[in-house]
Amino acid sequence: MSLTDLDLPTIWAFIVAFAVFAYVVLDGFDLGVALLFPFCPERHDRDVMMNSVAPVWDGNETWLVLGGGGLFAAFPLAYAVLMPALYAPLIAMLLGLVLRGVAFEFRWRTERARPVWDIAFTGGSLVAALGQGVALGAMLQGVMVSGRAYAGGWWDWLSAFSLLTGAAVVCGYALLGATWLIMKTGGELQIRALKLARPLALGTLGFIVAVSLATPFLEAAYWQRWFAWPGIVLTAPVPLAVAAVALFLLRSLADAHDYKPFVLSLVLFFLCFVGLGVSIWPNVVPGRISIWQAAAPHESQVFVLAGTAILIPIILTYTAYAYWVFRGKVDPEHGYH
Amino acid sequence: MAHLDAVLLARAQFAFTMGFHIVFPAFSIGLASYLAVLEGLWLVTGRQVYLDLFKYWLKIFAVGFAMGVVSGVVMSYQFGTNWSGFSDKAGPIVGPLMAYEVMSAFFLEAGFLGVMLFGMGRVGKGLHYLATLLVAAGTLFSAFWILTVNSWMQTPAGYATNAQGQFVPADWWAIVFSPSFPYRFVHMVLAAYLTTGLVVGAVGAWHLLRGRREHEGVRVMFGMAMGLVLVVAPLQIFAGDAHGLNTLEHQPAKVMAMEGHFESHPNGAPLVLFGLPDQDAATVRYKVEVPKLSSLILKHSLDAPLAGLDSVPRENWPPVPVVFWSFRIMVGLGFLMLGLGLFGLLARLKGKLCDWRTLHLYALAMGPAGFVAVLAGWTTTEVGRQPFTVYGVLRTADSVSPLGAPAVAGSLAAFAAIYLAVFAAGMFYILRLMSAPPHLGERGPSPAEPVRTAGLAPGPAITPGHGLQPGE
Repeated sequence: MSLTDLDLPTIWAFIVAFAVFAYVVLDGFDLGVALLFPFCPERHDRDVMMNSVAPVWDGNETWLVLGGGGLFAAFPLAYAVLMPALYAPLIAMLLGLVLRGVAFEFRWRTERARPVWDIAFTGGSLVAALGQGVALGAMLQGVMVSGRAYAGGWWDWLSAFSLLTGAAVVCGYALLGATWLIMKTGGELQIRALKLARPLALGTLGFIVAVSLATPFLEAAYWQRWFAWPGIVLTAPVPLAVAAVALFLLRSLADAHDYKPFVLSLVLFFLCFVGLGVSIWPNVVPGRISIWQAAAPHESQVFVLAGTAILIPIILTYTAYAYWVFRGKVDPEHGYH
Repeated sequence: MAHLDAVLLARAQFAFTMGFHIVFPAFSIGLASYLAVLEGLWLVTGRQVYLDLFKYWLKIFAVGFAMGVVSGVVMSYQFGTNWSGFSDKAGPIVGPLMAYEVMSAFFLEAGFLGVMLFGMGRVGKGLHYLATLLVAAGTLFSAFWILTVNSWMQTPAGYATNAQGQFVPADWWAIVFSPSFPYRFVHMVLAAYLTTGLVVGAVGAWHLLRGRREHEGVRVMFGMAMGLVLVVAPLQIFAGDAHGLNTLEHQPAKVMAMEGHFESHPNGAPLVLFGLPDQDAATVRYKVEVPKLSSLILKHSLDAPLAGLDSVPRENWPPVPVVFWSFRIMVGLGFLMLGLGLFGLLARLKGKLCDWRTLHLYALAMGPAGFVAVLAGWTTTEVGRQPFTVYGVLRTADSVSPLGAPAVAGSLAAFAAIYLAVFAAGMFYILRLMSAPPHLGERGPSPAEPVRTAGLAPGPAITPGHGLQPGE
């Protein structure tokens, strides 16, 4: 079978979805760690928290560029429609990421201004997480399209639903951050992370239920997809799996387990991502533009696929190796002076 | 009119975010190569001074690179947020090229940067040098792909148009190596080298002026920088001239704006040195010109005819005053760089390289000249491409996102506020690093600081679980 026989838009949809998911969970936990700064005022704790993500945040964030770049390369029409539609939340997210990104570097170069960069670190991360969640909600609720362009206004993204998804993502990232800290730290800080993780887990589950209940009412198509017979046979396992994972997660927190809460939180995110995929597929702009309508010409998709097929596995290997090297607890006796 | 304002604001936003971003890659490209040279010299000669200088500049490289990364993330979204018309129509060609840039930058970041920054002493010398070389190569690779995008927008080739009005690839080779690409790539890489050389020279000059010539590192870095400027400045003037001739062939209106030629000159065109271009009146006021010199430079003949903007429909004119002035700033700085190189040569021949205060003051003043020239040069070529985003085939007005002017103005204000604060702080930290001279036994990036994506090099900030201890 040659490359021409494969359905390239489908392959690319999965590649872009993979990049976005990798970004969400990877940057999710390091954004989440920053979100917990206000609950850990001790300088020493903050140093350890930052050092627990310092070796990997840079690589994590690059998945965002890869997701955006992949969308641009493979589905330029979707990129051209979605970016203006999600203008304000995306710009806010980018500015938030700038602030928190430099905070990693600048915080260690100053004694006097350290509190300022701590605020930039948390504030930037909060804005970034909120922006991502709002953008998700704005995309799900549908954007106005006319011809080949976005046709809505520049406040269309703002709705009760998008604020709900915004809050949900903030809560979910904080859960990832807290469970990451449970896995990576010890002593007082670990106990504090554990205390934070329980309400965050319950909050995240509450948001998942709320968003799941609201989504089918946004568009008839979502309702059809989730509840019409016989599709329900395929879709029903998703919420059932969420319920099962939620139980395991709460139990692992009750047992104060080391790494299980983080892994189960990742699984929870994965199931939510699958749920989103079920709602949207095979569209790339929900309810408006399918992956085949948005796809770049065959020659473009093949050209990038060649490089992607070689480089992404190498990048993944590196990333896995870096995480392997940095496995285990952060040593609180190192990394600060 | 409201639409026009949104276009102008979108252009201002792109120029602002891009202008801030380009400064850091320009510096990183040159500095990465300089670091490779320093480490190579250390490995070959075994002299401590090269290692000290390597570690000294490595710390500065780390801060600059971080700012390049965060401002770069913004750029990958600017195309979609503010230029959705362009993204839809040119996406099938520009998107893949950008994706290659992202992947090559990612490849570099995920792997070798960490080894280069924190791996010395933890991995073997050979492996560390390999990492440094790959980082240097990676910055050039990134520049390669970004310049393919820009060059294709300037001199589009190898494309067809489909039923949806999109530009689609017909010949990738022709797209990647579009007619202006080789010239632009050489011009930009030399500019990056010059920029870094001038910064290194200015830092050396600063410490010499402060009476720190007993530091061997100060003398060596100043001498190396003056040598680089001496060699690269003339090469750059030559490359710039070739690039200009290429532009004359493919984008004549841009050259007309650069030259301030509103009228055609059938019997040899004058070189306008200075003047005040008046776009509405289509004339250059108070001009100082040298007869027939422009024809000599551009056509290598005194009497060669040169067409002016009067031969171009007015709606296709670029904004002449901006192009005219930014071009003169770039060229003027280029010749000042040449002068610095020659002055440095004279001092070297007399054995006074570390003594002449005038030379040191000159070199110090030229420290930011590379950045200014890079920005002026990019302004010349980008504003000179107007009123098109893809030259001759896609108008800027048709490229912009369907957004209200207040949305674009609001985001521009937010970018300005945050960038100015963040990059002022970054510059402050970099200048503070530069204000100390390189010491004997210079330390690298402090192991107490957080380790970024460290790939093969486990940082001491985090103790690996079992085994795999550094140096084992």
